Amino acid sequence: MVNRVLVGAHYGLRDWLMQRVTAVVMLVVTLVFAAFFLTHPSLQFEDWQGFFSYQAVRVLTLLFFLSLFLHAWVGVRDILMDYIQPVGIRLTLQVAVIVALVSYALWTVSILWRV
Amino acid sequence: MKFKVYRYNPEKDAKPYMQDFDVELKSSDRMLLDAILRLKEQDDTLSLRKSCREGVCGSDGMNINGKNGLACITPLLGLKEPVELRPLPGLPVIRDLIVDMSQFFKQYHSVTPYLVNDTVAPEKERLQSPEDREELNGLYECILCACCSTSCPSFWWNPDKFVGPAGLLQAYRFIADTRDQATNARLDNLEDPYRLFRCHSIMNCVDVCPKGLNPSLAIGKIKEALVKRAV
Repeated sequence: MVNRVLVGAHYGLRDWLMQRVTAVVMLVVTLVFAAFFLTHPSLQFEDWQGFFSYQAVRVLTLLFFLSLFLHAWVGVRDILMDYIQPVGIRLTLQVAVIVALVSYALWTVSILWRV
Repeated sequence: MKFKVYRYNPEKDAKPYMQDFDVELKSSDRMLLDAILRLKEQDDTLSLRKSCREGVCGSDGMNINGKNGLACITPLLGLKEPVELRPLPGLPVIRDLIVDMSQFFKQYHSVTPYLVNDTVAPEKERLQSPEDREELNGLYECILCACCSTSCPSFWWNPDKFVGPAGLLQAYRFIADTRDQATNARLDNLEDPYRLFRCHSIMNCVDVCPKGLNPSLAIGKIKEALVKRAV
Protein backbone atom coordinates (compact mmCIF):
# COMPACT_ATOMS: atom_id res chain seq x y z
CA MET A 1 0.00 0.00 0.00
CA VAL A 2 1.47 3.36 -1.00
CA ASN A 3 1.43 6.07 1.62
CA ARG A 4 -1.62 8.18 0.78
CA VAL A 5 -3.91 10.33 2.89
CA LEU A 6 -7.15 8.36 3.09
CA VAL A 7 -10.34 10.07 4.19
CA GLY A 8 -14.04 9.74 3.39
CA ALA A 9 -15.23 7.02 5.77
CA HIS A 10 -18.74 8.58 5.80
CA TYR A 11 -19.64 7.64 9.36
CA GLY A 12 -18.77 11.01 10.89
CA LEU A 13 -22.32 12.34 11.06
CA ARG A 14 -23.81 9.13 12.49
CA ASP A 15 -21.37 9.01 15.39
CA TRP A 16 -21.50 12.73 16.07
CA LEU A 17 -25.31 12.64 16.16
CA MET A 18 -25.27 9.50 18.33
CA GLN A 19 -23.08 11.26 20.88
CA ARG A 20 -25.56 14.17 21.07
CA VAL A 21 -28.62 11.92 21.34
CA THR A 22 -27.08 9.68 24.00
CA ALA A 23 -26.17 12.80 25.99
CA VAL A 24 -29.83 13.87 25.99
CA VAL A 25 -30.96 10.37 27.05
CA MET A 26 -28.48 10.41 29.96
CA LEU A 27 -29.68 13.85 31.00
CA VAL A 28 -33.34 12.76 31.04
CA VAL A 29 -32.64 9.58 33.05
CA THR A 30 -30.46 11.59 35.46
CA LEU A 31 -33.39 13.94 36.06
CA VAL A 32 -35.72 10.96 36.75
CA PHE A 33 -33.27 9.61 39.32
CA ALA A 34 -32.74 13.06 40.84
CA ALA A 35 -36.51 13.34 41.26
CA PHE A 36 -36.57 9.94 43.01
CA PHE A 37 -33.81 10.98 45.42
CA LEU A 38 -35.46 14.31 46.17
CA THR A 39 -38.83 12.69 46.92
CA HIS A 40 -37.19 10.08 49.18
CA PRO A 41 -35.04 12.13 51.61
CA SER A 42 -34.51 9.28 54.08
CA LEU A 43 -33.72 6.54 51.61
CA GLN A 44 -33.53 2.96 52.95
CA PHE A 45 -32.31 -0.17 51.19
CA GLU A 46 -35.91 -1.41 50.92
CA ASP A 47 -37.00 1.77 49.05
CA TRP A 48 -34.09 1.33 46.69
CA GLN A 49 -34.90 -2.33 46.09
CA GLY A 50 -38.58 -1.50 45.64
CA PHE A 51 -37.71 1.18 43.10
CA PHE A 52 -35.60 -1.23 41.10
CA SER A 53 -38.23 -3.96 41.22
CA TYR A 54 -40.11 -1.97 38.57
CA GLN A 55 -39.27 -3.33 35.11
CA ALA A 56 -39.48 0.25 33.74
CA VAL A 57 -36.78 1.47 36.15
CA ARG A 58 -34.49 -1.35 35.10
CA VAL A 59 -35.06 -0.64 31.43
CA LEU A 60 -34.48 3.07 32.03
CA THR A 61 -31.24 2.32 33.90
CA LEU A 62 -30.12 -0.03 31.16
CA LEU A 63 -30.91 2.69 28.61
CA PHE A 64 -28.76 5.10 30.61
CA PHE A 65 -25.79 2.76 30.69
CA LEU A 66 -26.09 1.76 27.03
CA SER A 67 -26.16 5.48 26.18
CA LEU A 68 -23.13 6.00 28.40
CA PHE A 69 -21.18 3.22 26.65
CA LEU A 70 -22.06 4.45 23.15
CA HIS A 71 -21.20 8.01 24.20
CA ALA A 72 -17.91 6.82 25.67
CA TRP A 73 -17.13 4.81 22.54
CA VAL A 74 -17.35 7.89 20.30
CA GLY A 75 -15.40 10.01 22.79
CA VAL A 76 -12.61 7.51 23.42
CA ARG A 77 -12.30 6.73 19.72
CA ASP A 78 -11.96 10.47 19.06
CA ILE A 79 -9.08 10.62 21.53
CA LEU A 80 -7.40 7.61 19.91
CA MET A 81 -7.83 9.17 16.44
CA ASP A 82 -6.16 12.37 17.66
CA TYR A 83 -3.28 11.00 19.69
CA ILE A 84 -2.47 7.49 18.43
CA GLN A 85 -1.18 7.75 14.88
CA PRO A 86 0.08 4.20 14.03
CA VAL A 87 -2.95 2.40 12.58
CA GLY A 88 -2.07 -1.02 14.07
CA ILE A 89 -1.80 0.27 17.64
CA ARG A 90 -4.94 2.36 17.20
CA LEU A 91 -6.96 -0.60 15.96
CA THR A 92 -5.72 -2.76 18.84
CA LEU A 93 -6.70 -0.09 21.38
CA GLN A 94 -10.08 0.43 19.71
CA VAL A 95 -10.81 -3.30 19.86
CA ALA A 96 -9.78 -3.28 23.54
CA VAL A 97 -12.19 -0.40 24.20
CA ILE A 98 -15.04 -2.21 22.37
CA VAL A 99 -14.41 -5.43 24.32
CA ALA A 100 -14.39 -3.48 27.60
CA LEU A 101 -17.58 -1.55 26.79
CA VAL A 102 -19.48 -4.66 25.62
CA SER A 103 -18.40 -6.46 28.81
CA TYR A 104 -19.62 -3.52 30.89
CA ALA A 105 -22.95 -3.65 29.06
CA LEU A 106 -23.42 -7.37 29.80
CA TRP A 107 -22.32 -6.80 33.38
CA THR A 108 -24.88 -3.99 33.72
CA VAL A 109 -27.67 -6.33 32.55
CA SER A 110 -26.60 -9.04 34.99
CA ILE A 111 -26.49 -6.56 37.91
CA LEU A 112 -29.84 -4.95 37.10
CA TRP A 113 -31.78 -8.21 36.87
CA ARG A 114 -30.15 -9.67 39.99
CA VAL A 115 -31.22 -6.96 42.44
CA MET B 1 10.85 47.78 24.33
CA LYS B 2 11.96 44.22 25.05
CA PHE B 3 11.38 41.28 22.71
CA LYS B 4 12.10 37.55 22.71
CA VAL B 5 12.06 36.20 19.19
CA TYR B 6 12.13 32.62 17.92
CA ARG B 7 15.11 32.16 15.61
CA TYR B 8 15.82 29.17 13.43
CA ASN B 9 17.83 28.91 10.26
CA PRO B 10 17.89 25.23 9.29
CA GLU B 11 21.01 25.77 7.19
CA LYS B 12 23.02 27.06 10.17
CA ASP B 13 21.29 26.21 13.46
CA ALA B 14 21.11 22.73 14.92
CA LYS B 15 18.14 23.77 17.06
CA PRO B 16 15.75 26.74 17.28
CA TYR B 17 16.59 29.31 19.99
CA MET B 18 15.08 32.49 21.43
CA GLN B 19 16.92 35.77 20.75
CA ASP B 20 16.54 38.77 23.07
CA PHE B 21 16.08 42.21 21.57
CA ASP B 22 15.86 45.62 23.24
CA VAL B 23 14.81 48.26 20.81
CA GLU B 24 14.20 52.02 20.90
CA LEU B 25 10.81 52.79 19.34
CA LYS B 26 9.88 55.99 17.51
CA SER B 27 6.68 57.85 18.26
CA SER B 28 5.23 56.76 14.90
CA ASP B 29 5.58 53.05 15.80
CA ARG B 30 2.09 51.94 16.78
CA MET B 31 1.70 48.36 15.62
CA LEU B 32 3.79 45.30 16.39
CA LEU B 33 4.93 45.08 12.77
CA ASP B 34 6.53 48.58 13.08
CA ALA B 35 8.53 47.29 16.05
CA ILE B 36 9.55 44.10 14.25
CA LEU B 37 10.95 46.22 11.41
CA ARG B 38 13.04 48.08 14.03
CA LEU B 39 14.30 44.67 15.20
CA LYS B 40 15.22 43.92 11.61
CA GLU B 41 17.25 47.15 11.52
CA GLN B 42 19.23 45.74 14.48
CA ASP B 43 19.62 42.26 13.00
CA ASP B 44 18.75 42.00 9.33
CA THR B 45 18.92 38.19 9.32
CA LEU B 46 15.53 38.11 11.13
CA SER B 47 13.04 36.75 8.59
CA LEU B 48 9.31 37.21 8.36
CA ARG B 49 6.56 37.59 5.76
CA LYS B 50 4.76 40.90 5.44
CA SER B 51 3.09 42.87 2.71
CA CYS B 52 0.08 45.14 3.06
CA ARG B 53 0.75 46.15 6.71
CA GLU B 54 -2.97 46.75 7.28
CA GLY B 55 -4.52 43.36 7.98
CA VAL B 56 -5.70 42.60 4.48
CA CYS B 57 -3.07 40.30 2.95
CA GLY B 58 -2.72 37.91 5.89
CA SER B 59 1.05 37.47 5.48
CA ASP B 60 2.33 38.35 8.94
CA GLY B 61 0.40 35.84 11.03
CA MET B 62 2.51 34.80 14.04
CA ASN B 63 2.27 33.70 17.64
CA ILE B 64 2.35 36.83 19.79
CA ASN B 65 2.73 36.26 23.54
CA GLY B 66 1.15 32.83 23.09
CA LYS B 67 -1.77 33.91 20.91
CA ASN B 68 -1.92 33.86 17.11
CA GLY B 69 -2.52 37.18 15.38
CA LEU B 70 -1.42 39.56 12.66
CA ALA B 71 1.57 41.69 13.69
CA CYS B 72 0.41 44.62 11.53
CA ILE B 73 -2.88 45.12 13.37
CA THR B 74 -1.70 44.23 16.88
CA PRO B 75 -1.19 47.50 18.81
CA LEU B 76 2.09 47.73 20.74
CA LEU B 77 0.23 49.35 23.60
CA GLY B 78 -0.94 46.67 25.99
CA LEU B 79 1.54 43.99 24.91
CA LYS B 80 3.23 42.41 27.92
CA GLU B 81 7.05 42.68 27.87
CA PRO B 82 9.18 40.97 26.85
CA VAL B 83 6.99 40.39 23.81
CA GLU B 84 7.47 36.76 22.81
CA LEU B 85 7.23 36.17 19.06
CA ARG B 86 7.07 32.68 17.61
CA PRO B 87 6.05 31.27 14.22
CA LEU B 88 2.48 29.97 13.84
CA PRO B 89 2.34 26.66 15.74
CA GLY B 90 1.86 23.28 14.09
CA LEU B 91 3.34 24.06 10.67
CA PRO B 92 6.94 23.30 9.60
CA VAL B 93 9.26 26.28 10.11
CA ILE B 94 11.13 27.40 7.00
CA ARG B 95 13.09 30.08 8.82
CA ASP B 96 12.48 32.25 11.93
CA LEU B 97 8.86 33.45 11.75
CA ILE B 98 8.19 31.97 8.29
CA VAL B 99 6.23 28.72 8.18
CA ASP B 100 5.50 26.34 5.34
CA MET B 101 1.80 26.87 4.60
CA SER B 102 1.51 24.05 1.98
CA GLN B 103 -0.57 21.80 4.22
CA PHE B 104 -2.91 24.67 5.09
CA PHE B 105 -3.51 25.56 1.44
CA LYS B 106 -3.87 21.90 0.48
CA GLN B 107 -6.79 21.66 2.92
CA TYR B 108 -8.21 24.93 1.58
CA HIS B 109 -8.08 23.58 -1.99
CA SER B 110 -9.69 20.32 -0.92
CA VAL B 111 -13.06 22.03 -0.28
CA THR B 112 -13.39 23.33 -3.89
CA PRO B 113 -13.33 26.97 -2.78
CA TYR B 114 -15.06 28.37 -5.84
CA LEU B 115 -18.56 28.54 -7.26
CA VAL B 116 -19.74 25.41 -9.09
CA ASN B 117 -22.63 26.11 -11.44
CA ASP B 118 -23.03 24.27 -14.74
CA THR B 119 -25.95 26.28 -16.11
CA VAL B 120 -25.29 28.77 -18.89
CA ALA B 121 -23.97 31.98 -17.39
CA PRO B 122 -26.37 34.93 -17.75
CA GLU B 123 -25.30 37.94 -19.79
CA LYS B 124 -24.34 40.03 -16.78
CA GLU B 125 -24.15 38.16 -13.48
CA ARG B 126 -25.85 35.51 -11.35
CA LEU B 127 -28.20 37.35 -9.04
CA GLN B 128 -29.02 36.70 -5.39
CA SER B 129 -31.70 38.17 -3.17
CA PRO B 130 -30.37 40.50 -0.44
CA GLU B 131 -31.44 37.90 2.17
CA ASP B 132 -29.47 35.12 0.46
CA ARG B 133 -26.47 37.42 0.14
CA GLU B 134 -26.72 38.25 3.84
CA GLU B 135 -25.83 34.63 4.69
CA LEU B 136 -22.39 35.07 3.11
CA ASN B 137 -21.43 37.87 5.50
CA GLY B 138 -18.87 36.68 8.02
CA LEU B 139 -17.74 33.97 5.60
CA TYR B 140 -16.23 35.64 2.53
CA GLU B 141 -14.01 38.05 4.53
CA CYS B 142 -11.44 35.36 5.41
CA ILE B 143 -7.91 36.38 4.32
CA LEU B 144 -6.35 32.92 4.80
CA CYS B 145 -3.75 34.07 7.33
CA ALA B 146 -3.92 30.63 9.02
CA CYS B 147 -4.12 32.09 12.55
CA CYS B 148 -7.22 29.96 13.25
CA SER B 149 -6.14 26.60 11.81
CA THR B 150 -2.74 26.79 13.51
CA SER B 151 -4.37 27.48 16.88
CA CYS B 152 -6.55 24.37 16.55
CA PRO B 153 -5.29 21.22 18.33
CA SER B 154 -7.31 19.01 15.98
CA PHE B 155 -5.39 20.58 13.08
CA TRP B 156 -2.07 20.06 14.93
CA TRP B 157 -2.75 16.34 15.38
CA ASN B 158 -4.23 15.62 11.93
CA PRO B 159 -3.22 18.42 9.52
CA ASP B 160 -3.31 16.00 6.58
CA LYS B 161 -6.86 14.80 7.29
CA PHE B 162 -8.74 17.52 9.19
CA VAL B 163 -9.72 20.44 6.95
CA GLY B 164 -9.28 22.95 9.77
CA PRO B 165 -11.38 26.01 10.66
CA ALA B 166 -10.23 28.20 7.73
CA GLY B 167 -11.03 25.54 5.13
CA LEU B 168 -14.35 24.68 6.78
CA LEU B 169 -15.37 28.35 6.90
CA GLN B 170 -14.77 28.50 3.13
CA ALA B 171 -16.57 25.16 2.66
CA TYR B 172 -19.65 26.63 4.32
CA ARG B 173 -19.26 29.87 2.33
CA PHE B 174 -20.06 27.83 -0.81
CA ILE B 175 -22.60 25.53 0.82
CA ALA B 176 -24.46 28.68 1.87
CA ASP B 177 -24.22 30.28 -1.58
CA THR B 178 -27.59 29.95 -3.38
CA ARG B 179 -25.81 30.25 -6.76
CA ASP B 180 -23.77 27.10 -6.10
CA GLN B 181 -25.09 23.76 -7.36
CA ALA B 182 -22.63 21.33 -5.78
CA THR B 183 -24.04 21.35 -2.23
CA ASN B 184 -24.49 17.58 -2.14
CA ALA B 185 -20.98 16.87 -3.37
CA ARG B 186 -19.63 19.41 -0.86
CA LEU B 187 -21.46 17.71 2.02
CA ASP B 188 -20.29 14.27 0.82
CA ASN B 189 -16.74 15.59 0.80
CA LEU B 190 -17.03 16.62 4.46
CA GLU B 191 -19.09 13.76 5.90
CA ASP B 192 -16.11 12.06 7.40
CA PRO B 193 -14.88 11.42 10.93
CA TYR B 194 -11.64 13.26 10.10
CA ARG B 195 -12.38 16.01 7.61
CA LEU B 196 -15.17 17.73 9.55
CA PHE B 197 -15.82 15.85 12.76
CA ARG B 198 -12.36 16.34 14.30
CA CYS B 199 -13.81 19.70 15.35
CA HIS B 200 -14.94 19.52 18.97
CA SER B 201 -16.01 23.19 19.11
CA ILE B 202 -13.32 24.42 21.50
CA MET B 203 -13.46 27.73 19.58
CA ASN B 204 -9.74 28.59 19.61
CA CYS B 205 -10.37 29.68 16.01
CA VAL B 206 -12.97 32.24 17.05
CA ASP B 207 -10.69 33.48 19.83
CA VAL B 208 -7.80 34.33 17.49
CA CYS B 209 -9.39 35.35 14.17
CA PRO B 210 -7.95 38.83 13.37
CA LYS B 211 -10.97 39.55 11.18
CA GLY B 212 -13.45 38.66 13.93
CA LEU B 213 -14.95 35.76 11.98
CA ASN B 214 -16.61 32.72 13.53
CA PRO B 215 -15.52 29.39 11.98
CA SER B 216 -17.21 27.47 14.84
CA LEU B 217 -20.60 28.86 13.83
CA ALA B 218 -19.97 27.92 10.19
CA ILE B 219 -18.92 24.39 11.21
CA GLY B 220 -22.10 24.12 13.28
CA LYS B 221 -24.13 25.09 10.22
CA ILE B 222 -22.39 22.45 8.09
CA LYS B 223 -23.28 19.84 10.74
CA GLU B 224 -26.85 21.16 10.72
CA ALA B 225 -27.00 20.78 6.92
CA LEU B 226 -25.69 17.21 7.21
CA VAL B 227 -28.33 16.37 9.81
CA LYS B 228 -31.07 17.93 7.67
CA ARG B 229 -29.93 15.88 4.69
CA ALA B 230 -29.74 12.62 6.63
CA VAL B 231 -32.77 12.76 8.91
